[in-house]
Amino acid sequence: MSLYQLSKLLFRLNRDPQAQAVFLSKPETLLADYNLTEEERQAFLSRDVGLLYILGVNGQILMHFAALCGIEWSDYLQRMRDAIKQYGPVRAGIYAMTTSPDEKVAG
Amino acid sequence: MSLVFAGITSHAPGITGRADRASEAQKNAFYAGLERLRAALEASRPDAVIILAAEHFANFFMNNMPAYAMGMGEEYDGPIEDPEWLRIPHRVVKGAPDLGRRLIANILQTVDVAYAEEWRFDHGVMVPLHFLDPNNRMTIIPANINCQGPPLTPLHRAWAFGKAIRRAADAAPERIALVGTGGISHWPATPDSGRINEAWDREFLDRWARNDKDAMLSYTDEETYRDAGQGGFEIRTFITTAAAAGGKGDVWYYEPIPIFAVGCTAAVMEIV
Repeated sequence: MSLYQLSKLLFRLNRDPQAQAVFLSKPETLLADYNLTEEERQAFLSRDVGLLYILGVNGQILMHFAALCGIEWSDYLQRMRDAIKQYGPVRAGIYAMTTSPDEKVAG
Repeated sequence: MSLVFAGITSHAPGITGRADRASEAQKNAFYAGLERLRAALEASRPDAVIILAAEHFANFFMNNMPAYAMGMGEEYDGPIEDPEWLRIPHRVVKGAPDLGRRLIANILQTVDVAYAEEWRFDHGVMVPLHFLDPNNRMTIIPANINCQGPPLTPLHRAWAFGKAIRRAADAAPERIALVGTGGISHWPATPDSGRINEAWDREFLDRWARNDKDAMLSYTDEETYRDAGQGGFEIRTFITTAAAAGGKGDVWYYEPIPIFAVGCTAAVMEIV
C-alpha cells in the first residue's frame, strides 16, 4: 500500500502541464519516480478511476484526474459506485461512500 | 485602516462547472445572492481582499502541509483546473506583496501561519472571484486552512486565526475585506456528491449568524465527518471569518442545490 506515492503522482499530474502531456503519450514513464504496488500501477495506467477511489485517493485529486481522462461528471460518479460493487469499500482516506451503490444522489 | 467587510460564500466547482444542470430558478436565486455579495464587497471599497479558502491540493500537499497559509506574492493565476471543466476563464490576479507581508508578520504574533509567494488558485478561490470580482480588478491576498489532509487544525485555532487576521487588518492603514469560502455539509467528489444535510447546515448557520463562539467550536471532527461529510471540515473558514468580524451574521442566501454538491450560501457579517 503506497497511497501517499500514488496520491503524489496524481497531485503532480493535476498541476503540471508537461506531466499531463507525457501522461497522454507515454504514461508509464511517469511511474519511474513513484514506488507503487502493481495494483496501483495498473489502476493508474488503465485509468481505472473507480479502483483509484477504492484505494483511497482523495476525491479532490481524483476528480481532476477523471476530468483529464475525459470522464464526464455523471460517468465519474457511476464508476465510483460500480467500483464499490466490484472491489468492496474504500480502503483508506476520508472519501468513503456513505450511501448504497445503487443509490444515485445527484448528477 | 481596518477590516471593512466580512462575508462567506460557497466555492464548489459545480456552481460554475455544472451550472446548466441546476434548475434555472434555483441557480438564478443563488447567483443573485452572490451578486448582492459582490455589490456589498465593492461598496466597502477594499484596498485588498483576503480570500480565505480551503484549497484542495493545488499548492499544498502532504509532503509539507501547513495548517494555515497566506500569500504575499506579486501575482497569482488560476484556475488550476481545466477552464473548460470549471467554466471559468484563466486569469492572472494582482497580489499585494507588501501588505501581505505586513499582515503575515502581525498574524505570526499569535498564529504560526505559513507564507507563500507562489500560489495557483483552484476552484476554492476562483469560483468566489468569478462572482465577486468578475472584471478582475481587485487586489487579492489568498489564505488557506488545511481542511483536506488530516490531522486538521482544531476549530479553536481557526478562531484564533480569525482574531489574528482582525488584529493585523486593524493595524494596517489599508482597507481590508475578508471573504471566507467553503462548504457546510457536503460529500464532494464521492458517489454521494449531492448529499446535503440541510438541518445540520441551518443549525451551523444559525450558530454562525449569532456568532456563538462556544456553539461553533463545540463540533468534534468525528461528529462533523458523520453528519456533514469530509466537506464539512471546511466550516473552519466560516468560523475564522466569524472570529475576525465579531458581529452578527446575515445569511442572504442558503439553499441545498444537489447538482452543485453543496448547500449554497451567501452571507455577510457585521464588523464589531
